[in-house]
Amino acid sequence: MNPSFSANPITDLNELLQYPFMVNALAAATIVALVGALIGWFVVLRRESFVCHTLSVMSFPGASGAALAGLPLASGYFAFALAGALAIAFGSRAGARRSLSHESAVVGSVGAAALALGFLFLSLYGGVLESVETLLFGSSVGITVGQVRTLAVVGLLAATALAAIGRPLFYASIDEQAARADGVPVRALAIAFLVLLGLAVAAIAQIVGVLLTFALLVAPAATAQQLTSRIGLSLALAVALALLEAWAALTLSYFTNLSLGFYVTSIALALYAIARAARELRR
Amino acid sequence: MSAVVALRDAAVAHGEATVWSGVDLDLAAGEFVGVLGPNGAGKSTFLAVLLGLLRLSAGSASVLGAAPGERRELIGYLPQRRSFDESVRVRGRDIVALGLEGTRWGTPLPLLGGRRRAEVRARIDAVLEDVGAVAYADRPIGECSGGEQQRLLIAQALVRSPALLLLDEPLESLDLPNQASVSALAARFCREHGITVVLVAHDVNPLLPYLDRVVYFAGGRAVAGTPGQVITTATLSALYGAGVEVLARSDGRLVVVGQPDMHTHHGH
Repeated sequence: MNPSFSANPITDLNELLQYPFMVNALAAATIVALVGALIGWFVVLRRESFVCHTLSVMSFPGASGAALAGLPLASGYFAFALAGALAIAFGSRAGARRSLSHESAVVGSVGAAALALGFLFLSLYGGVLESVETLLFGSSVGITVGQVRTLAVVGLLAATALAAIGRPLFYASIDEQAARADGVPVRALAIAFLVLLGLAVAAIAQIVGVLLTFALLVAPAATAQQLTSRIGLSLALAVALALLEAWAALTLSYFTNLSLGFYVTSIALALYAIARAARELRR
Repeated sequence: MSAVVALRDAAVAHGEATVWSGVDLDLAAGEFVGVLGPNGAGKSTFLAVLLGLLRLSAGSASVLGAAPGERRELIGYLPQRRSFDESVRVRGRDIVALGLEGTRWGTPLPLLGGRRRAEVRARIDAVLEDVGAVAYADRPIGECSGGEQQRLLIAQALVRSPALLLLDEPLESLDLPNQASVSALAARFCREHGITVVLVAHDVNPLLPYLDRVVYFAGGRAVAGTPGQVITTATLSALYGAGVEVLARSDGRLVVVGQPDMHTHHGH
């Protein structure tokens, strides 16, 4: 493979799409960007970014443990992120955001332990297929058709579930007291959302690595919320930005042979900075 | 006229500790009711009972002719101490809409639900107009001032056209002109729409021009009556079980001095 950038979009796209691994990577990135942006929008609203990062890190020992046990990596990502979500949901006293921030020391320590455990599993595994770098920082190569199918099913499930609870979840996220008084099951929604977040994080970590899930999950939503305060437009923008980020990063990474994670995070940060600056200037 | 709220020998306990007991009161339709008393006397607890969020440990309560919590769609509620900081990037109008539709499952999709959506929009516009929040309803609520946010939140409580409006300390953290205008707003809804307004406050003075009835919680009990009956040296001293004194200043404001917890009723 010898990538050559022609500056002609059609030629370049043809070149990208002639490799099955690139097609898989584009398909997988599209799915996780879509679902991640929608769930990330609620993460920003609920101020659960720290939980999001912790769940992501928790999926690392899952993936490396799966490699050690000879299981599909995806099963490890999902199992550990979901277990982490449930542990946080039922372990924190009220399952509420307030207690989560009070217990940030515990949550942070668990995250550090998860990273160390993941590294231990990988050194025990000793194989050559999965590298620490790939699991932590992502890679566009090695995504299988089976993995894309799994991501599509999980993504569809998560998006459907989110759509089903969308409005009461919004109510509970932005105005918890009033929602509770109105009979919205605030705690059940918090738990359900943590499970959806676990799914999204595990899916995204498979593409951009466990340390960089923020870039596809939280950053596009945070950028969109800087640009508009209309709910529908804000959600649509978050999705559009996430897709732009994912596609641009994959393309640039292919043609320059530099890390996918570098591009995803740089583009995400640049878009956020521009949006923030635009908002400050408009005032 | 049947009572909108009726409590008979009612008591509430948090665990072992009784918050208040032996409370009897009737609030009639269309009354403007001030709920007063020192911190921790059980004012917010009273609202929680009316909403059906907290059960009585003794006695009985009826709200709008049913058990508390059963007519929730007819109750507008403004919880205590809510404000949105600058990072909340959602329009005030969308916060108001939650009072009408926030509990419905699903997610509204663009271009769907045409007529219902138009009706909802019209209702929200009408309420925003009514509370005088049109000018800033399309701004992110985090960028609105405290007084503006309070008006939007009152609009949220009013948007479902309630028969009973429960406002928990809506005047707190507002400056004096805003305290006066929010009090006047609540009183206007009471008079013009016949809504029974139950307003929890720390300071009675901004409410004095409008109050039909006062419920004063202190010392594990409550007394109800007109302001002239309740806010007197004799009544409050008996309630507190200690010598307190109500002074009328030359400008008509009332000052309660000598309360055991040192909270005085002057404006702050």
